[in-house]
Amino acid sequence: MKPLLKVENLSIRLPKGADREFAITNVNYELMPGEILCVVGESGSGKSMTANAIMGLLPKAIQVETGAITFDGYDLVSLEEHRARKIRGNRISMIFQEPMTALNPLMRVADQIGEVFLIHTELSKKQRHERTLSLLKDVGLPDPEKMMSAYPHQLSGGQRQRVMIAMALALEPSILIADEPTTALDVTTQAQILKLIKELQEKHNTAVMFITHDFGVVAEIADRVVVMEKGQMVELGEREAVLNNPQHSYTKKLISAVPPLVAPERPLLAESAPVLTVNQLCKTYSTGGGWFSKPRIVKAADDVSFELHRGETLGLVGESGSGKSTVSRCVVRLLESDSGEILLGDDPIQALDAKALAPFRKRIQMVFQDPFASLNPRKTIGQIIADGPIAQGMPVAQAMQKAAELLALVELPATALDRYPHEFSGGQRQRVGIARALAHDPEILVADEAISALDVSVQAQILDLIEQLKQRLNLAVLFVVHDLRVAAQVCDRVIVMQKGRIVEAGVTKQVFEQPRHDYTKSLIASIPGADWRSGKTTGHAKTLEKAYA
Amino acid sequence: MSIQTLMYIGGRLIKGAIVLLVIAVFNFFLIRAAPGDPAKVMAGEAGATDELFLQQLREQFGLDQPLYYQLWVYISNLVQFDMGITYRQQMPVFDLIMDRMPATLLLTGAAFLLSLLIGVLAGVVAAQKHKQWADSFITVAALIFYATPLFWLAMMAALFFSVYLNWLPSFGMETVGANLTGFDRFIDIMTHLILPAATLGLFFTAVYARMTRASMIETTRMDFVKTAIAKGMTPNRVTYRHVLRNALLPVVTLAGLQAGQLIGGAVLTETVFAWPGIGRLMFEALFQRDYNLLLGVFFISSAMVVLFNLITDVIYCVVDPRIELSK
Repeated sequence: MKPLLKVENLSIRLPKGADREFAITNVNYELMPGEILCVVGESGSGKSMTANAIMGLLPKAIQVETGAITFDGYDLVSLEEHRARKIRGNRISMIFQEPMTALNPLMRVADQIGEVFLIHTELSKKQRHERTLSLLKDVGLPDPEKMMSAYPHQLSGGQRQRVMIAMALALEPSILIADEPTTALDVTTQAQILKLIKELQEKHNTAVMFITHDFGVVAEIADRVVVMEKGQMVELGEREAVLNNPQHSYTKKLISAVPPLVAPERPLLAESAPVLTVNQLCKTYSTGGGWFSKPRIVKAADDVSFELHRGETLGLVGESGSGKSTVSRCVVRLLESDSGEILLGDDPIQALDAKALAPFRKRIQMVFQDPFASLNPRKTIGQIIADGPIAQGMPVAQAMQKAAELLALVELPATALDRYPHEFSGGQRQRVGIARALAHDPEILVADEAISALDVSVQAQILDLIEQLKQRLNLAVLFVVHDLRVAAQVCDRVIVMQKGRIVEAGVTKQVFEQPRHDYTKSLIASIPGADWRSGKTTGHAKTLEKAYA
Repeated sequence: MSIQTLMYIGGRLIKGAIVLLVIAVFNFFLIRAAPGDPAKVMAGEAGATDELFLQQLREQFGLDQPLYYQLWVYISNLVQFDMGITYRQQMPVFDLIMDRMPATLLLTGAAFLLSLLIGVLAGVVAAQKHKQWADSFITVAALIFYATPLFWLAMMAALFFSVYLNWLPSFGMETVGANLTGFDRFIDIMTHLILPAATLGLFFTAVYARMTRASMIETTRMDFVKTAIAKGMTPNRVTYRHVLRNALLPVVTLAGLQAGQLIGGAVLTETVFAWPGIGRLMFEALFQRDYNLLLGVFFISSAMVVLFNLITDVIYCVVDPRIELSK
């Protein structure tokens, strides 16, 4: 079979001052008709570069240095712009990561899809309308007639991604490039979108170049896999071969960092008095409302109750909008709850004013999601860590001494003390975030999606660190997480939330192996690549599981 | 228009009326707080300084009454849309303002449209030629006009185009004594309009140009622009169909602000160019301590600001479907 698209010796130069000279170096691969090729890599691996070069979407400062991309006898690198435009959106099309921003907010859905016909075909207005309508039906959008005149903000993330797919497939292209199309979506939505892409791909025999960082997704849909590391292509092969018998050390490292979907047996904790008790916590958000209109009310926490014990990791899992972050923020009193009780040990803290709360703040500390936004860029690492204890009355010299000890604890060099956050990577910053939280010697650590902004190999390191610290310092950890693979590995117990309510709670292993609530079942069933590394696979994957455990 | 939209507009009008009333009271005290006595000014102009005459004048205009009573009279007349009589011309304030309104609206309206058109156009060109000489030229020019004081610019323009080149008239709205009619009169007014409108519009032209440019450059980096390029659109089409509409949203906000000043914002220009509009009326009223007239001009200006705020919000909701008129 002749390849549809051929990438040969492609090198793309980065502008001066970047962290490396080339975004990608000597990349070679082919895309066969009707196959799904997954391009996998961590952030900064250059995995999207080739796709952008194909689509003419490279920023002006970034130039193809050498190599060729051959499609249908044309070299897309050197092709004149007006010819390339005839291919773009017509014979090769692309969908993007962020469905929230990838559509023009001011244009109706039908107009945005219809534009593709307007540019590439001679169809009449009526024909365009009909074709658009049938596309919306094909991608499974509810009430397509009404969808036609909707604006993007009226659609959910999943629906918007369906619109993007409809737009991309409008002219039945021979190649669809999907750049992390499900990364921003919830797990159940992700499962639906992956299924849709697969179905449409089979129906139209489209070749798909699927860019992702998630090996679960690879296991779910790939035929062949390309693995990228720092601009180099390190591995290329069939899905089964790459996933279960990786050759390159980097691929092995990446795959072993993917948490298996089997909750390990965990020792039962000795009975003890809870360090944190939450009783019937309620929090509603209301938006809008004024002189003449009623506000819109969303129940972010609805009758939420749980206990947390020393030495325990309690996972708060759920999709976006489930209220898991709201609960964690109410617990540390970053948000005020409407009603309910929050007890630290035996002390109720939900009604204390700022002054009375201050001594309790030490006992419960938080690690935030975004390591880039959660550290003050104008303060040194030492100041960031020591600030809390100083505010609580510790002498400055002693607080700085403590900051140095904490840096050692989170495995950062002591030289970091006088440096600023921008000098550190995401994983290192998250270590600083943890050190800052530990500066108060808390009993409880609340980690709000503390690893979701990190690459998978870094994730594993941070999880490992939290686990170690928990044991060494006998902490109680409240772990807010949307990634069920992670939850399965690190939590002793999990609470599953949906629309502000707890739908299921229990020992992790039990919840994963015998989920009772339908929602939990659908969540678990939606995890991409659930069969891979679930204990059902054999051979190499098994040994990897051991290595991970 | 949906029932919610009408309810919203109704609600805003009621709120606006309350705001205006508060402003009216505030204006009343503000004017009384300034030193000066209208009776003395009028008596001075009449060449009489006799105390009895002054007393008579004060009685005539109710200025001898206690302040709270004067306020009561003013407000209770105002809610019946009666703004009183001017001290000097002895005309109803409202009629006098309406008499001057067309001249001001012509000037400010022309300046408004001109600045919006040229400013946005210059901004788009600058953004498209980002980091090229056209961009630098527009950016620097905009900065200069943005920073130059209006009155100085007005005088220099009059000096250069009228006195030195003798191309354009330097004052007034029509050629005095020419008695032109029809199309000739239109041309005459237009030639008189060019200098003041250009001077008045220059500042906002600069503001619009800078804002459009920044907004265009920012919008170009957005994801949906990438989507548009990936569809195979030509760069021009991407710019006009996708970038420009989104980039104009902040410009609408600013245009709303400028539109609010359509009545009260031309005092300097009208004074320099002797344009017979409301701005000059206000300027004169200020010197004559003509309280009623001043209050009237203030009130109409405030009403315009409130009104144009509402109109801006309605327009915003039309151009941006994400915004609903329901708060």
